[in-house]
Amino acid sequence: MPPNVSLASPAINTPWPLRDKAAFVGIGTTPFGNFPETDSYGLGCEALNAALDDAGLTVDEIDGLIVSRIPSYERFAEMMGINPQYCLLTEAPGRFSAVSLALAAQAVATGAAKTLALVYGNNGRSVRIAYGGGDSEWSPWGMTSPGASHAMMWRRHMHEFGTTHADLGPVSVAFRHHACLNPDAVMYGRPITLEDHAQARPICEPLKLLDYCLVNDGAVAWIVTSAERAKDLRRPPVLLSGYARQDAFHYGSGPADDFWFPSLSACRSVYDRAGIGQKDIQGLGIYDNFSPTVLFSLEGLGFCGLGEGGDFVRDGTLPLGVGRWPTNTSGGHLSDSYMQGWGIIAECVRQLRHECGDRQIPDAQAMQYICATNISQSLVLRRADA
Amino acid sequence: MSLTTRPKPVIDNWNRWFWDACNQRQLVLQRCTATGRCFYPPAPVSPFTGRPNWEWAAVSGRGELWSLVEFHQNYFPGMKDELPYTVAMVKLDEGPYLLTNLDGIEARDARIGMRLSVRLPGGPEGFLLPQFGPEEVAP
Repeated sequence: MPPNVSLASPAINTPWPLRDKAAFVGIGTTPFGNFPETDSYGLGCEALNAALDDAGLTVDEIDGLIVSRIPSYERFAEMMGINPQYCLLTEAPGRFSAVSLALAAQAVATGAAKTLALVYGNNGRSVRIAYGGGDSEWSPWGMTSPGASHAMMWRRHMHEFGTTHADLGPVSVAFRHHACLNPDAVMYGRPITLEDHAQARPICEPLKLLDYCLVNDGAVAWIVTSAERAKDLRRPPVLLSGYARQDAFHYGSGPADDFWFPSLSACRSVYDRAGIGQKDIQGLGIYDNFSPTVLFSLEGLGFCGLGEGGDFVRDGTLPLGVGRWPTNTSGGHLSDSYMQGWGIIAECVRQLRHECGDRQIPDAQAMQYICATNISQSLVLRRADA
Repeated sequence: MSLTTRPKPVIDNWNRWFWDACNQRQLVLQRCTATGRCFYPPAPVSPFTGRPNWEWAAVSGRGELWSLVEFHQNYFPGMKDELPYTVAMVKLDEGPYLLTNLDGIEARDARIGMRLSVRLPGGPEGFLLPQFGPEEVAP
């Protein structure tokens, strides 16, 4: 799809039927790093136990299970001793973190399950997973890897709008700054500068090392139940107020030729669906597999105009304590942990519970998550008492 | 640069004709008989109708450079000696994009939007890989 084409039915002005129906009541994360002594099952179990402890629930109270990136939902359920009435495995790509959450909300709203555990486990670092190579449609020409697709899109963005590689620097530097406020982040204690970003080793130009996400082991678990039930649990409930999604499966599995702008623009409906305006949001979580997706997301959701992302972030829009839109306050995929959206959404919940210590957004009441991919999505979370 | 050590295409029931045509130095695409629009990669049905109504069509082999990247990371053993290498995204005049390589022009001299045309200088055993260089103007 060429840019500037709007989709036919963005569902603006329509409330989401599931608005504020489902709530996060437990969050669990493992340490992030290189853990060859365990695997995605072991990490998933650890995260789920942490989430249950956080919620004050026991495993026998879980009647719904959604597992992602862990190879078998059946083996995982067997290990944890869960015999649910609702269970499924979602695909490994990171776009499925928010998809999984939407499915959980649907399960809660329809009564398919009362209390769901959503568990993501990834041991890509210790098994040295390669994000590229192998046979594909494009391998005879040497085209491979998600990074190269994003490099192709960013080069085109530079051509169309006059942006530069340097426009990505404030993204990488802001998120690293946040990671340095987060002792659990992989890159804690390792600050970078714009100069470091510019001089980093090229991987697939125009992108360089500091435009790429980390690859690390870890797991994230969420416990989701009804807003009604959440009132009786120990943590301040965080509600899923709005969710919007627009898919665009670009032919040939090649790089998108439109920066996902039409489909992200359709996701602006998330504000009406949530009943919360952009101005009422205090911070953002943006799926940052590569630094350009942050600018694509900001442009697509209308924080700035198409092509204006570089200008928008240049003067400190994203860093905590400085910018209007503190983004990826844990450090994101670039500097905290590559948990494919699961960790970024967990951070949004923790911000709304006011648990983030040195990286807390003051008085955060509502947070927005955005994921720019072939399944573009956005969701708005808020404190139940907001 | 040597194309002989490139990864071989994975041949399936839909792309076989494309590669056979390349070996005869002709670029072909599937064309939807309902809409007249071409598509790639090869598929059992037209993406414009979802129906198996298509035909193979010889195409111009011409298009424009839409974007390009330079790989510094090695992913394929047979391409290590080519590093750093360029992959170009070419928008064919008939509509589809191809991810391909430049031939006869250095990446530093290439400009997005420039006209390109296909050539078939070589490939791994049994295949000729489409590559793109500055458009040759018909005499």
